[in-house]
Amino acid sequence: MSVLVDDDTHVVVQGITGGEGKFHTEQMLDYGTNVVAGAVPGKGGQEVAGVPVYDTVDRAAREEDADAAVVFVPPAFAADACFEALDAPVDLVVAITEGIPTQDMSRVYRRLRETDTHLVGPNCPGVITPGEAKLGILPGNIFSSGNVGLVSRSGTLTYQVVDNLTDRGLGQSTAIGIGGDPIIGTDFVDALELFEDDPDSDAIVMCGEIGGEDEEEAARFIGEYVDTPVVGFIAGRTAPPGKRMGHAGAIVSGSGTGTAQSKIDALENVGVPVGDTPVEVADEIEAIL
Amino acid sequence: MMKLHEYQAKEVFGDAGIPTPASQLAETVDEAVDAAEAIGYPVAIKAQVQVGGRGKAGGIKLADDEAEAREAAESIIGMDLKGLHVDRVLVEAAVDFVDELYVGVTMDRGEGRPVAMVSTRGGVNIEEVAAEDPDAIAREHVDPAFGMHPYQARKAVYDAGVDREVARDVAGVLSTLYELWDDKDGSDAEINPLMVTADGEVIAADAVMNVDDDALFRHPDLAEMEDEAAGDDLEAKANEYDFDYVRLEGNVGIIGNGAGLVMTTLDLVDYYGGEPANFLDIGGGAQAERVSNALDMVFSDDNVDAVVFNIFGGITRGDEVARGINEALEQFDEIPKPVVVRLAGTNSEEGMEILNTDLVQVEATLEDAVQGAVARAEEVTQ
Repeated sequence: MSVLVDDDTHVVVQGITGGEGKFHTEQMLDYGTNVVAGAVPGKGGQEVAGVPVYDTVDRAAREEDADAAVVFVPPAFAADACFEALDAPVDLVVAITEGIPTQDMSRVYRRLRETDTHLVGPNCPGVITPGEAKLGILPGNIFSSGNVGLVSRSGTLTYQVVDNLTDRGLGQSTAIGIGGDPIIGTDFVDALELFEDDPDSDAIVMCGEIGGEDEEEAARFIGEYVDTPVVGFIAGRTAPPGKRMGHAGAIVSGSGTGTAQSKIDALENVGVPVGDTPVEVADEIEAIL
Repeated sequence: MMKLHEYQAKEVFGDAGIPTPASQLAETVDEAVDAAEAIGYPVAIKAQVQVGGRGKAGGIKLADDEAEAREAAESIIGMDLKGLHVDRVLVEAAVDFVDELYVGVTMDRGEGRPVAMVSTRGGVNIEEVAAEDPDAIAREHVDPAFGMHPYQARKAVYDAGVDREVARDVAGVLSTLYELWDDKDGSDAEINPLMVTADGEVIAADAVMNVDDDALFRHPDLAEMEDEAAGDDLEAKANEYDFDYVRLEGNVGIIGNGAGLVMTTLDLVDYYGGEPANFLDIGGGAQAERVSNALDMVFSDDNVDAVVFNIFGGITRGDEVARGINEALEQFDEIPKPVVVRLAGTNSEEGMEILNTDLVQVEATLEDAVQGAVARAEEVTQ
């Protein structure tokens, strides 16, 4: 089993006619993802990689039974695309787009809370259930099927950790890249809750980074509600205060909150081992399983 | 995050109807004195640099007459304030106040929605007030779908304990500030202090407006206000190349793709006993030209003794990165600084084959690459 996506997920790709949308639709199809439709205003009736394109998400969802949307729409129009997917409605929206204005996301987030939809991202690599489906831009070949759930704020760091796990024969149930923006849909707590309820996720890897207090909140949640063993990793130990480390969310505030140390302490306090290196994360998982 | 200068923020606030003191921008001592004469004494002369604690650092001075104005302008224009060169001052009517308030609007990222804040303890560092006495700041969260209702501005003002005489005016300023924050895609909008005069006027003695970089595409007027060569030369160069770059103090240069992985590479340099010189994220789908620009950036940093180049390809293809590295390094008769490369992910095996091992040291794992670069940097310093 898995969380969020499997081989039965019917995917509509928003922005399928753009360069990235087209390329990654082909990649998703190659991986075996059930991409059933594209949605691009004004492009209804076309086909991309054999996938029919509709003018609206609503139409794509009705005609092709799509229940998940992947957003490859440019930043200026991406919030509108998220609203369109939420209102269709679909069960899952994966927003890959980087650089969406924060105030736009604040409005999307407000709407999201009124729905039952899961939004992953924005500014994320997507979600993959190895061997079944991937929604997003993750390189499928490094993943292997197994029983480790993974949730991470960063794309390439996810790949690094997954590579170390796969190397040891430690496969993954589902990997969720939640994204590095200040306002995201699915956060660590949501992802931990999903994995905790998934009988086939026997251990969880959680990769956080500096900025915000999501990791601290996740630690509190683990302490109270999570029985599945969790192993942590926190990037940004050497980040100076006040400097934004690439991700819009990755900034240690001048008053000292959001530091790597406060996150590591919070996790260790609830019994979550935190690896000093990605290899140590794989060591810990190997020891647990 | 793009920060407006005080004089720019005051212009924006003033245009929206928030009272600000009479003021004039000056670039020379004579201009500053002329401005002071025109405005009338006493005046405040304030360095226009984007750094906190200007007053304590000698960047803000009061003047009661022409001689004092000249002296103040001479000491501030051209000074080095916390590493930034002061080339402009704002000359402004000094406000005779009885109270100093704080009003601000920001995004509460944990809540995913805006929050408006009011405090009667303005005029000091508000982060310190928040840490010492959180109850001294009244907070009102705003539903972004509706914007701030007028009652919410009043509620924040009354909850903060603002004097009833001026409460209505302060609430008006807060409402306007929220609208500006909303219209201009602000990340933070602040007035600290919002001064209250003896005859019950409120006036914005300082102004902060920081704008979300990701929204500048729809605010061409604000984008124009952006300082071109703010800060470090290398950081300006990074801007030109469109890299996410932060300069640090160490001697191991770091290039990678993806913020989380680059941060992790920095952490590993530290973990294995080295000191990171920078954060440089070349982003996804890095073309040969970007690879070569990234090497140019790190080579131009005199502090750098060795470089670790770590790419995990998702969208980024290892063979393309390898070609970029070869091309960039083949231009040199002698490689300026040793480079240790590790490629993984999409087309990484092809990439490893392509890399010219006469020019770079190739390692198979992240840990080995970092340790290799730390060792090479140590060799140089010995």
